[in-house]
Amino acid sequence: MWIYEKKLQFPVKITRPDARMAKIMIEQYGGCDGEWGAAHRYLSQRYSMVTPEAKATLNDIATEELGHAEIMGTIVRQLMQGLTKDQIIEGGLEAYYVNHGFGVYPCSAAGVPFSAAAFQSKGDPITDLYEDMAADGAII
Amino acid sequence: MEREMMLQKLMELDFLAVDLGLYLNTHPTETEAINAYNQTIEAADTLRMKFEAAYGPLCSFRSYAADTENWQWKNDPWPWQTTANPSMAGKECM
Repeated sequence: MWIYEKKLQFPVKITRPDARMAKIMIEQYGGCDGEWGAAHRYLSQRYSMVTPEAKATLNDIATEELGHAEIMGTIVRQLMQGLTKDQIIEGGLEAYYVNHGFGVYPCSAAGVPFSAAAFQSKGDPITDLYEDMAADGAII
Repeated sequence: MEREMMLQKLMELDFLAVDLGLYLNTHPTETEAINAYNQTIEAADTLRMKFEAAYGPLCSFRSYAADTENWQWKNDPWPWQTTANPSMAGKECM
């Protein structure tokens, strides 16, 4: 199970809203290689791991990715808060706004809803670890 | 301000604990890392106790904050609110 701690892993304190930045940053929340993808990838793949090292690592990085998802959700939310109608339109956020308002919805920067189709879990630890390297390599 | 400083220090210690824990998963016999992990956990727990006593629980259970009359867990600020977080302005990594 999981225990929630009422703090971010790394602080987020955004003082100036930015529609365009919010539109871009949401990719790392709900995009193909975003934090929800990473968390669900590792959470699902950990069952196939065979060594104690790999089981512990997948379990713990999955947990950490949940914390990263919280950071990204916070960034998106704080970037949107206080935007004016003109700023929303100038920043290209109107298509998102008409559906979600200032709510945080897991989707890519292009508006594609988050999907488990973004990752794999093949039942083979080596295959899964290669998939992990590809996913994390996309970010690094 | 005191709250932000304490929280930032706690975040730093917990961040370090997570990273050391991940390292130890694959390097379980490195005593230097085990010692660093134990020291970090102890320092973080000491600070966590102080923070929770002053500003309310960080965990809805297993918390150091003892409260018999008022359920503080629900109280603002929640982590996604700007008011919950210390400012990192001027503290950027170079």
